[in-house]
Amino acid sequence: MSPDLTTSLGSLQLGAPTLTASGCAAAGKELAQFGDVSTLGAVVTKSIMMQPRSGRATPRMAETPSGMLNSIGLQGPGIEVFLEKDLAWLHENNVTTIVSIAGNNVEEFGELARILAKVPGVDGLEVNISCPNVESRGQVFACNPVSAAQVIETVRSVWHSDAPVLAKLSPDVTDIVEIAHSVVEAGVDGVSMINTLLGMVIDVDGMKPMLGGRTGGLSGPAIRPVAVRAIYQVHAAIPHLPILGMGGIRTGHDALEFIAAGASAVSIGTVVFGDPSAPWRIATELGQELESRGYNSLSEVIGLAHQN
Amino acid sequence: MSTAKQMKCTIRSLEPVGEYLHLILDAPEMPEVQPGHFAAVAVGGVGGGMLLRRAFSIHKSEPGETLELIFAAHGQGTQWLATQSAGDVIDVIAPLGKPFVLPRQPVACVLVAGGYGAAPMELLAQQLRARGCRVDVVLGAATQEKLFGVLSLKGVSDSLTVTTDDGTSGVRGRVTDVLAELMTRNESKAVYACGPMAMLQAVAAVAQENGAFSQCAVEESMACGIGVCMTCVLPVIGDDGVTRMVRSCVEGPVFRGDRVRWNDVDTIPQDTFGAPSPGGH
Repeated sequence: MSPDLTTSLGSLQLGAPTLTASGCAAAGKELAQFGDVSTLGAVVTKSIMMQPRSGRATPRMAETPSGMLNSIGLQGPGIEVFLEKDLAWLHENNVTTIVSIAGNNVEEFGELARILAKVPGVDGLEVNISCPNVESRGQVFACNPVSAAQVIETVRSVWHSDAPVLAKLSPDVTDIVEIAHSVVEAGVDGVSMINTLLGMVIDVDGMKPMLGGRTGGLSGPAIRPVAVRAIYQVHAAIPHLPILGMGGIRTGHDALEFIAAGASAVSIGTVVFGDPSAPWRIATELGQELESRGYNSLSEVIGLAHQN
Repeated sequence: MSTAKQMKCTIRSLEPVGEYLHLILDAPEMPEVQPGHFAAVAVGGVGGGMLLRRAFSIHKSEPGETLELIFAAHGQGTQWLATQSAGDVIDVIAPLGKPFVLPRQPVACVLVAGGYGAAPMELLAQQLRARGCRVDVVLGAATQEKLFGVLSLKGVSDSLTVTTDDGTSGVRGRVTDVLAELMTRNESKAVYACGPMAMLQAVAAVAQENGAFSQCAVEESMACGIGVCMTCVLPVIGDDGVTRMVRSCVEGPVFRGDRVRWNDVDTIPQDTFGAPSPGGH
């Protein structure tokens, strides 16, 4: 019998263990030509903000060994159009949806949560406190335990919904466990980790940073060991905390590493750019990886690497 | 949005043509293609270090049978592709993007291409001629070896003019040096262009000065080709007069030449929808 791949993030039951990663699948619609989006664990939408946002100047991308840098800068239509077009499409198509939100300040996070708590079709909230593509390092709330907690407390205070609230954490910190503790105390139901790492590529012909935004977020398999380490550390410190793992997952074997480190489910990100059917493929491969090792379910493997 | 297929394609042949390579793939799942559609090819092999697809405009295709692409091996990914050979299998997504829009009336059209930007032009010329359009072609390149499609386009056009920067073939100079006169002589009403951004900008300007409609297939650096990454954006004016940063992979790669803000490519113009307030975002 093939292993049971169903899992959960807090109160949210997931029919499949692979989700899309925020910023790597827009709002799901474009992937529909490659597979049935409703069979994914969930679509985690690209972070939405209150206002429409143009994003940063191009070039926005630089390919790097086993990865890429991006400096998109949270381009998006704003919450109003998102609800009307993107969320409506996801809801109509029975897609489990985790909405990622980003704010310029604490109040905007609160406002977004207040709006989203009232609309149908939101199965979870991912609070993006760690996007590196913002003008001020001070806006990377996840770099500071106090500001990270402020955002989560504000969101929590208006989140009158049973759907779980996840905080998306940055690995660009001295001690990610300290940040995890602070968001747990502020009331999150789980954490998503990791966001991209801040990086830079220099164009030595033009003698300037290659990206329009100068710095960008590094993603892809190049950062995978960083993600596994971060998940392992947080799961060790807070074993009951649900973790949505992401960071360069390319195969079912990679996904199994994340589960063994302590993730309950995984998001597939940058790899989708090269292989848009990857979220489905990786779920199938993960089943095969479990089966070949004699496991009956994904849930029995969560955090298993901590026992040895 | 066209519906694209992700396909495993066996290489039928890979042959040099001038400075470029002509790739013919067995593509049994290939849907119908319109001129201007592109294909996104995975490079580097399974487990390799290059994650992002390379985008090429489609040269030709027989639905359910073959897909043909022209490329220049000028980067790490295309150099890898150049080392593949008949029998090797590559992962391709096609057809992608919005193709050229054809005129409703049988008007005179000029097709302008720089280098291997000529790849989609044969298919386009055939379709325009089938509608009764006069088709004049201008092909430009830095030098003779960088021209593509001269002979095949001669066979499907009413006239063909070649320009090279160094004068090794045809008229010495740029495509725009001959375009205006050609348009006047033939009373051209539509210009179709594919090639480097600077050429497209110049061609779009000449078209506009001569009262013609222009359609330009842009080359923006892409990461996904399917509309999810927001990398390949450029400032384009919409029907409502508002400039937006639009994705060249799904809203393009073909745009009306008079709608692209060519001088502002690689910037976010101040009046763009959602532009940052001074200081940036």
